[in-house]
Amino acid sequence: MGRESVTNLDSDPATAGSTLDNWVREIIEWHFNPETGCLFWLDWAQEAGWDPRQEIQTFADLNKFPHFEDEKLRGGPLRRWVPKALADQPTFVFETGGTTGIPKSRVAQKDFRVDYELFSETLPDAHFPRGSNWLMLGPSGPRRLRLAVEHLAQHRGGICFCVDLDPRWVVKLIKKGWMEHLKAYQDHVIDQAVTVLSAGHDIKCMFATPKLLEALANRLEADGSSLRDTGITGIFAGGTEFTPQWNRFAHEELLDGIYMTPTYGNTLMGLAASPPSGPDEGYKITYYAPQPRAVLQVVDPDDADRVVGYGETGRVMLTTLTKEFFVPRFQERDEGEREPPCGQYPWDGVSGVRPFSRLASGTTVGVY
Amino acid sequence: MIHFPILRWGQPYKSLEVTEVDHFLTGEAVAEVSQANPGIVARDLRKGAARARDVLREIPCAELLAMVKKGGELFKSAELPLGDGSQTPDDFVRQQSATTGLPEHMCRMNMGKLEYVLSHLDEVLTSLTRKLDYQILTRGYGEEDGVMRSYQATTPVLGMVLPSNSPGVHSLWLPILPLQIGLVLKPGPQEPWTPWRMAQAFFEAGVPKEAIALYPGLGEVGAAVLNSCSRSLIFGGTATVEQYAANPGVQVHGPGFSKILIGEDKVDDWEDYLDLMVESVAINSGRGCINCSGIWAPRHTREIAEALAEKLASIVPLPPDDPEAALAAFTVPGQAAAISADIDNALKEDGVEDVSAKHQEGSRLVSRERCDYIHPTVVHCASPEAAMAKKEYMYPFVTVVECPQDKMIGLIGTTLVATGLTEDPVFTQVLLDARNIDRLNIGPVPTTKLNWLQPHEGNIVDFLFRPRAFQQAS
Repeated sequence: MGRESVTNLDSDPATAGSTLDNWVREIIEWHFNPETGCLFWLDWAQEAGWDPRQEIQTFADLNKFPHFEDEKLRGGPLRRWVPKALADQPTFVFETGGTTGIPKSRVAQKDFRVDYELFSETLPDAHFPRGSNWLMLGPSGPRRLRLAVEHLAQHRGGICFCVDLDPRWVVKLIKKGWMEHLKAYQDHVIDQAVTVLSAGHDIKCMFATPKLLEALANRLEADGSSLRDTGITGIFAGGTEFTPQWNRFAHEELLDGIYMTPTYGNTLMGLAASPPSGPDEGYKITYYAPQPRAVLQVVDPDDADRVVGYGETGRVMLTTLTKEFFVPRFQERDEGEREPPCGQYPWDGVSGVRPFSRLASGTTVGVY
Repeated sequence: MIHFPILRWGQPYKSLEVTEVDHFLTGEAVAEVSQANPGIVARDLRKGAARARDVLREIPCAELLAMVKKGGELFKSAELPLGDGSQTPDDFVRQQSATTGLPEHMCRMNMGKLEYVLSHLDEVLTSLTRKLDYQILTRGYGEEDGVMRSYQATTPVLGMVLPSNSPGVHSLWLPILPLQIGLVLKPGPQEPWTPWRMAQAFFEAGVPKEAIALYPGLGEVGAAVLNSCSRSLIFGGTATVEQYAANPGVQVHGPGFSKILIGEDKVDDWEDYLDLMVESVAINSGRGCINCSGIWAPRHTREIAEALAEKLASIVPLPPDDPEAALAAFTVPGQAAAISADIDNALKEDGVEDVSAKHQEGSRLVSRERCDYIHPTVVHCASPEAAMAKKEYMYPFVTVVECPQDKMIGLIGTTLVATGLTEDPVFTQVLLDARNIDRLNIGPVPTTKLNWLQPHEGNIVDFLFRPRAFQQAS
């Protein structure tokens, strides 16, 4: 039983569609074959009473699946998600949220590495020099992001330095209204970053969430230094909402010429990269999923079977198609505008990503 | 369309994020407002707050006073810059009414109120500083009557998270600039008009642009203002008050729960005070914290409630440009319905009755295509223990509560303005000693009639300047 190749991105517009359909057939065969699939999807097919291997031949056919409900990811046994063909592989578990009740979990084996190796190909070496060390200024704990960034650094020949940051504690502080503690915790995180950056580790690359990047830049400036003075030349930012206005603010007032690339990702999808989004592009940020391993669609919130027109607003819908994990038609907690394919990514993208307005009141970002 | 930029120490900055503010009746966009991101606020404050005070300290307080007085005149009467064009006073009134739902004549009244405060600002400051020589505030020390006095500014700038519902509250921040303290304003989402126009009037009058910053935005921008300024004022509901109650750097202005307390000696003459009650409840459409939301009396409460309800029933929704319009619209979708539902819920308690219902035409809640109104509401509470007796809403709403005189102070709760209708020296002393009352009127003074020479919810000068010991070797 083979695993997918790392270089399965198809950047040829003429073949991207057929590549996706071929890939869908391969993934469906894998997950719904009793020899290779996982218990969750095999049981699901039995209950549903139809065989996806017969009926799903194209990406469009995935509409026969209901929307995936991430509530199914809460609790054990986790092994129900591991494909039989990969049962002997070392398995990680990554969690989302988890401030109340049992968190949602996703199993992973090599997916996070593959995703970030693909993403690595989009990083310009001039700004993210091979062999240079990284700072991971984002959440720690049972998070995919923390290990993935470390793998990215290693994949590019560097060593990754990390901070301790418990996002669940941050959310609790916000809910309790303990704003002084929240500020103190953010200071604690930035203290760690400043210490690492001042310790002679030759760090040139960094992952940071927008809020932490801003806090770090402000701290350095207050100390008479700057991000540029630390030697950082490339920043990969993401993890929370990333607005064009913030992008502009960062470029004009924080970065002092340092290259920054925004990303959109989560535990279920992996990582959507963006083409350049600086002043020449009006700071507009458009994300493209790592198709065919994941597909982002922008759909009508009231009729998720309908993809909205280009430029129109809709809810972001994610389909994950790897041999480790299959998630059909998951409606994200985000909305945005549908964007046409571009040269680097010959498939649909999404811009203006922000919390889904009908759910926005429940979103808490806080320190990070 | 009119565009409100962010003002970064007087410099306009157009954000990539803008929101529209719409006409509450037509839905037509009246203006678009650049939205700040919190990072801009934090960065500007770190870089420019000290400079704001420095540029103001280069101008003597007396000159700044003259400038803001001139600014008051300009605010009321001049054509001032707005967006790519300009704004006349009449434009201001129409535009403010269009986005806040407040009738135009009330907008004009509030405009006049602000100008009045500015024109009397020297008297206001003389009172609030207790005739302190302004030079002492500027230098930090000085002798008065042979005594060394020293005052230290607690902040170079005052942050303000302003509301949308009541333009009159802007009077609270008008005395700040002459004290050589800069202004950091976060306007209410529906009311960008007053902070902008006032800032332009001050600039025209000679106030340095580096002294004023204006950051429109949502809650996280307000939070950034509070986090970045060591002294701030915030306006909000009970939850906001509770959140910041223990924070010495934040002065919270929440619901006033202002009341009229009728003593045993005057309650049999209650009819003499009916007009006073109506004015206290209904002026400015009941939106202010100084509007009366509770009338407490030892007896005759049912008759008082009935008479009040009958009088207030004449107040009905009218077009905003009608000079008789006395009821403001609720422009936030769902807000009026939620208030009316909350009232219905509280009415389920025994001894609580909506006395207005039988005097009103139609139902309490009036739903229109793009806004709502709530008819003035008088609720009788047979007991001060009723949950309804502690309610306050931002429209002409009042409870009439039966309560023995000797129990009133213990049961009324926090009260911003109390008007005590009594000549009884014993009850008067009880009212004077009540620490849960902020502003106190004894005798027939409407709760809404303010004496501007007196402090409001704490003396702003005490909030901004710390008296301390200072000795200088001769």
